[in-house]
Amino acid sequence: MDKYLVSPSPHVHSAVSTKTIMRDVIIALIPALLVSVAVYGWAEIMVLLVSVLSCVLVEFVITKYLLKKPSTIGDLSAVVTGILLAMNLPYTTPWWVVFIGALIAIGVAKMTFGGLGQNVFNPALVGRVFLLVSFPAVMTHWEIPQGFFGADAVTGATLLGRVAEGDSASFVENLEVVPTFIMNVGGSAGEVSALALILGFCYLLIRRVIKPWITLSIFATVGLIGMVFHEFIDPAFTGGIFNILSGGLVLGACFMATDYVTSPMSTKGGIIYGIGIGFLVMMIRYFGSYPEGVSFAILIMNMTVPLLNKWCHQKKYGRD
Amino acid sequence: MSKTTFSLGGVHPSDVKIAREKAIEVLPLPQTVYISMAQHLGAPATPCVAVGDQVKAGQVIAEPSGFISAFVHSSVSGTVKSIGARKDLSGKDMTHIEIAVEGDEWVEGVDLSDTLVTDIPQDKAAVLEKIKACGVVGLGGATFPTHVKLNPAPGSKAECLIINAAECEPYLTCDYRIMLEKTKEILVGAAIMQMVLGGCKTVIGVEDNKPEAIAAFKSAIKELGYQGMEVLPLKKKYPQGGEKQLIDAVMKRQVKSGGLPISVGAVVQNVATALAVYEAVQKNKPLVTNTMTVTGDCLPESGLHNYLFRIGMPLSYIAEYAGGIPSDAAKIISGGPMMGKAISNMDACTVKGSSSLLYLSEKTTKRQSEGSCIRCGKCADACPMGLEPFLLNRLYKVSDMDALEQNAVQDCIECGCCLYSCPAFIPLLDYIRQAKGQVMGIMRARAAAAKAAAESKTENK
Repeated sequence: MDKYLVSPSPHVHSAVSTKTIMRDVIIALIPALLVSVAVYGWAEIMVLLVSVLSCVLVEFVITKYLLKKPSTIGDLSAVVTGILLAMNLPYTTPWWVVFIGALIAIGVAKMTFGGLGQNVFNPALVGRVFLLVSFPAVMTHWEIPQGFFGADAVTGATLLGRVAEGDSASFVENLEVVPTFIMNVGGSAGEVSALALILGFCYLLIRRVIKPWITLSIFATVGLIGMVFHEFIDPAFTGGIFNILSGGLVLGACFMATDYVTSPMSTKGGIIYGIGIGFLVMMIRYFGSYPEGVSFAILIMNMTVPLLNKWCHQKKYGRD
Repeated sequence: MSKTTFSLGGVHPSDVKIAREKAIEVLPLPQTVYISMAQHLGAPATPCVAVGDQVKAGQVIAEPSGFISAFVHSSVSGTVKSIGARKDLSGKDMTHIEIAVEGDEWVEGVDLSDTLVTDIPQDKAAVLEKIKACGVVGLGGATFPTHVKLNPAPGSKAECLIINAAECEPYLTCDYRIMLEKTKEILVGAAIMQMVLGGCKTVIGVEDNKPEAIAAFKSAIKELGYQGMEVLPLKKKYPQGGEKQLIDAVMKRQVKSGGLPISVGAVVQNVATALAVYEAVQKNKPLVTNTMTVTGDCLPESGLHNYLFRIGMPLSYIAEYAGGIPSDAAKIISGGPMMGKAISNMDACTVKGSSSLLYLSEKTTKRQSEGSCIRCGKCADACPMGLEPFLLNRLYKVSDMDALEQNAVQDCIECGCCLYSCPAFIPLLDYIRQAKGQVMGIMRARAAAAKAAAESKTENK
């Protein structure tokens, strides 16, 4: 009998593991990555590669040589952080700045807290915000998007055709007329196409990797506050739809705020968390000194997660 | 497809009912059986035969030793060889009666024919007595003595008898086979229990991965002309066959923490129990046989079986008869893959509640090494009791018993959904089981102290 395993039940396990979850997140980010690579070209690929490789390398070095523990890079979470960091950076970011961002994201925001699952703040966002306050010139070296909801939409075939011709300069200029939802050039990679991001988000929903409540409550809050301010207070305030589709909101709401580790575990907590993020985004955009506030809003709400986990529990069977 | 199911949590493991087409075969008798005294929930029975005695199949060989206990009968005819400690399937010592098999002679009055007896006696007390005398216990897993469950405390009333035909454990098909092969016997057994409970409504809950069983029950109910009895198809979800989950699915009521099903008017009995009740009441046959499935992901098609076994048969004997233990089996389990017990001793013997010999390959069953909690909340989503396993796990690691009790660790039904769904392979249930045991110990001690204090107060008055 010695050769047989003996352990308590259950004796089977679902096919879902941390690795498959991270793999699904990577798959979900592919549409947005393709669009941004199509728009920004080789420079974007460089930022992406440097970011992912740096994140994996930093985690590997820290676990292997500093902590002297088995390496954890196999769970792919460092790859996800690397992709998300790259998507939060302008394609013009120099490689060494990207590396510093990765060092801060993984080295400081993730590993000093104890690695995967222990971090309070979203690592990619910490990396981005660190770069934003340290290298403001680099991080804002792109134009604020303009020409929303403009005239004729450029069709997909034409876009791809132009990319194939390598006609990137005129391409970018022409893109200013493309509806924001489909394509919006001038931001960092993750801000290019809301459509591609939402496509990836839907994939995560179908695969049951995440639930929609956090994202929906962010959209609803931003939309509502935008509408109320624009319609009833002063038309100078930007409107609801504009605010949902502009800047990094879609990326933040779909992929950053929904990070398991740094978001509440219960649905109720998630909704409160989402409302908080939406509210803070709008306050920063309307009244803050930064034009964009998604990163700060998420990081601030990250701090409330332990409390939300403490207060919000799901309904128990046979208990009031 | 049915939409009816329980409301909280649950998981969807692949059902792998690969032995479903295998008709029930009768296992031949071994040379020796070893009958355990602990075949039911509660106190082990006390042997009432001596070494050297001649016994017949169906003869009482041990008597209940408490209110929650049950009679044990010999499953074979022969000579009592020894009475003493023997290791059960988890390797613990338990008193067994060893009987050398000689022929196959049954006690007087047992009807071994297949003739269906539909006339139901109407004397409740006599029927309950017979169920008790035949040693019938719940065969859905808990092996709670059936006569106790069918006799609710005064003041409580059964509104609904639920026949548990969910068989939600993957791989297992023995309940499915009896549903097909003993459909009417099960229904008569259900009708007997319905009568005992005062004619309440009876619902047979079957998961919708067993459409043949649903159809068989429906037509048999019509044929028998039973009133107040219906078949309810349930959406396949584990653990549908959990008593509390089934009550929620069928009656849309939830049993309060620490309460009994009867508090919401429910009595739940497994299909195999209904069959045992039929055999006891209509055929005078004590519970000495049951069906089990021999299955697993590393068995060839020809190795899959559903067997009618007698209690006390060594597992090694059954395994050998079925074709031997497959070479790539990594774990042998008694019961289903979600709640069954890993067997560490193949010399252990079948008991009333045995339901399977399940061989799982290393790929399917070997635990992966534990990773870091990524706080995905999948364990909480999966918990059919609405608990937060990640939290209970953490609280146990810091030994915070008060917080564990507040977070209802004692409500855990040990279904395994949390560990099944944890993407980081954290052995949540291993820790929660220990936490539950400790917290329940504290709760029992507190209740005993409160009782003692109340008694001393009344004495002083």
